[in-house]
Amino acid sequence: MAERQHAVELRNVVKRYGEFTAVKKMDLTVPENSFVTFLGPSGCGKTTTLRMIAGLTDITEGDLVIRDRRVNDLPIHKRNLGLVFQNYALFPHKTIFDNIAFGLKYRNVNKADIAQKVKSALDLVQLPHVADRYPNQLSGGQQQRIALARAIVIEPDVLLLDEPLSALDANLREEMRVELKRIQRELGVATIFVTHDQSEALAMSDKLVVMKDGIVEQEGQPEDVYNNPSSAFVADFLGHSNIFAGTLAEPSGETAPVQLEGGTTLKTTIHQIERVNRQQNIRAVIRAEKIMVSTNQNPTSNDSTSIPGRIKTVDYLGQMARYFITAEGQDWQVINPIDQHPFGEGADIFMHIPARNCVLLPGHHD
Amino acid sequence: MAAGVARAQKHAPWILLSPSLVTIGFLLIIPMMFIVVYSFWLRTATGADQVGFYLDNWQEVLSDRFYRDILLQTLKIAFFTTIICAVVGYIPAYFVANTKMRSKTFLLIMLMLPFWISYIIRTMSWINILGTSGAINGLLLWVGIIDSPLNMLYNQTTVILGLVHYLLPFMILNVYVSLEGIDKNLTEAAESLGCNGFQAFREVTLPLSFPGLAAGSLLCFVLASGTYITPLILGGPRDAMFANLVFEAIITQLNWPLGSALSLVLLVLLGALVVIYTRYLGVDQIAKSFR
Ligand SMILES: Nc1ncnc2c1ncn2[C@@H]1O[C@H](COP(=O)(O)OP(=O)(O)OP(=O)(O)O)[C@@H](O)[C@H]1O
Ligand SMILES: [Mg+2]
Repeated sequence: MAERQHAVELRNVVKRYGEFTAVKKMDLTVPENSFVTFLGPSGCGKTTTLRMIAGLTDITEGDLVIRDRRVNDLPIHKRNLGLVFQNYALFPHKTIFDNIAFGLKYRNVNKADIAQKVKSALDLVQLPHVADRYPNQLSGGQQQRIALARAIVIEPDVLLLDEPLSALDANLREEMRVELKRIQRELGVATIFVTHDQSEALAMSDKLVVMKDGIVEQEGQPEDVYNNPSSAFVADFLGHSNIFAGTLAEPSGETAPVQLEGGTTLKTTIHQIERVNRQQNIRAVIRAEKIMVSTNQNPTSNDSTSIPGRIKTVDYLGQMARYFITAEGQDWQVINPIDQHPFGEGADIFMHIPARNCVLLPGHHD
Repeated sequence: MAAGVARAQKHAPWILLSPSLVTIGFLLIIPMMFIVVYSFWLRTATGADQVGFYLDNWQEVLSDRFYRDILLQTLKIAFFTTIICAVVGYIPAYFVANTKMRSKTFLLIMLMLPFWISYIIRTMSWINILGTSGAINGLLLWVGIIDSPLNMLYNQTTVILGLVHYLLPFMILNVYVSLEGIDKNLTEAAESLGCNGFQAFREVTLPLSFPGLAAGSLLCFVLASGTYITPLILGGPRDAMFANLVFEAIITQLNWPLGSALSLVLLVLLGALVVIYTRYLGVDQIAKSFR
């Protein structure tokens, strides 16, 4: 058998609801064994895409390929997918054992094997003693684990999860996130995970797909997407960014000056200039946590820029503080770790911005 | 102080229940007491009721085969009516619950529409459909399939037909409500695990709609058992149901004591049925699984 690379492939997939196009020309690959996350604001088409892959919604145009087989017209029950819903969707009238055994029963697995597989699935989700209970006798987190066990026990080709953690409270969520990732690694099943929680997306994914209005804005490794956003939308959506329009001057050596609209001048790198094809009109993106605030005027290194400013407001976040700063007539935001005490409101400070932290985007459009 | 609060808390449910208790007491319990008392009186040859404690009515009602046969016939008619309602009613209920049409409310209003027309008129409409000069005979005669009109009316089948017509909306609404409460994700989950549409229905939808089906069936059975208008209009002389006997005794013969005893027999029987039903079919047990 030829080496297969992709568990799922979407080729120019379109979904229309009447006049409205929910998903526009989606091209996407989900590599085998990988954890892919769809991230985007509400209504951007994450669920729709997932449901098309699952076979719960039909595809208007394009091809859906699962394990080298075009499955557009294959009904859901023949696709061999594991599906986990936000509200768990456990069968309330069946015991936990019967819930997990459900898919195996329809795969003609014999009784002894079913018992054994259900047991190991329960062990995998660390709930070995609940087989005889009914779903309403479990907590939300436990129900979600059972839903996961039910989906993976059938050894699906792809595991599809639509915001599976969003019904859980914050602590449980983090715990489940680690757990889910562990289970996915252990099984090596290709997984598509839908969320609009960016920390979840960044922490879990091998590949992050940022969506907006039915298109893929950017995809790549989370670190890559985070550090090198390809659009202002991505820069803004992931974390907190300062985005300013500006013009690019001739480079000198490894760095080049960028003139921001307000009059501030920053340094950026050759690499960034290449990214925008040496265009004149650009936008500069500086992530809030990639600026260092200090009372010291001297730049930390000679390719960084220091800008004097004044702190307007401080958001105290525990280990971090978020500062709203006015500098040379512009509003900035900066997130810095706190060294003993945060800077006070009204304090005069300097912002230090290393050249490599000034990311460039093409100007104007979008 | 604390004891006072505890006592107030103990009484609170009764205080809150009092309006319904008073209503039920005045409109149901007290009139029923009258019926119980009546059933021990005796109607004399002169036509006057003799007050006292006589067991004659009860003896007659409980020993006469005639009453027993009619009772069994009543239960049989009610049983078949219920089964037909359940089978026939499930389909529209399922359709309304799952339709993608935006006009769900409209469909529900259509379901309620029959209630706006008198039950008697609705029942009588069957005479215009099935009668010797009714629509079906007219059509068959006109087409030439038959030479003389068929006698389709005034038998047990038409009684059941009339009852199904009358009771179907109750079944549909009960089933609809329980179908509507089923999370659509459950069938999708079942299908993702390998069920085809029908298997998902059998595994998930049908068992989860069982409480509605059970409640609708109970309602249909009880209402069918207590009816007297349908057999009066659509039944023949031999198709009397138990409530017809009560009607006969009280309205025609003006024999209130006997009518009271008869109606109590039906009441006790159906009451016992409701109790057994909820107990052993575990209707409320199943309802719990939805929480
Ligand atoms: N059945 C439908 N009919 C018409 N429009 C629909 C239908 N389902 C979804 N849409 C539209 O498609 C768009 C994408 O919806 P989708 O549910 O995929 O969003 P999402 O990214 O999952 O959002 P969320 O984060 O809120 O879950 C939305 O604008 C939605 O209104
Ligand atoms: Mg969604």
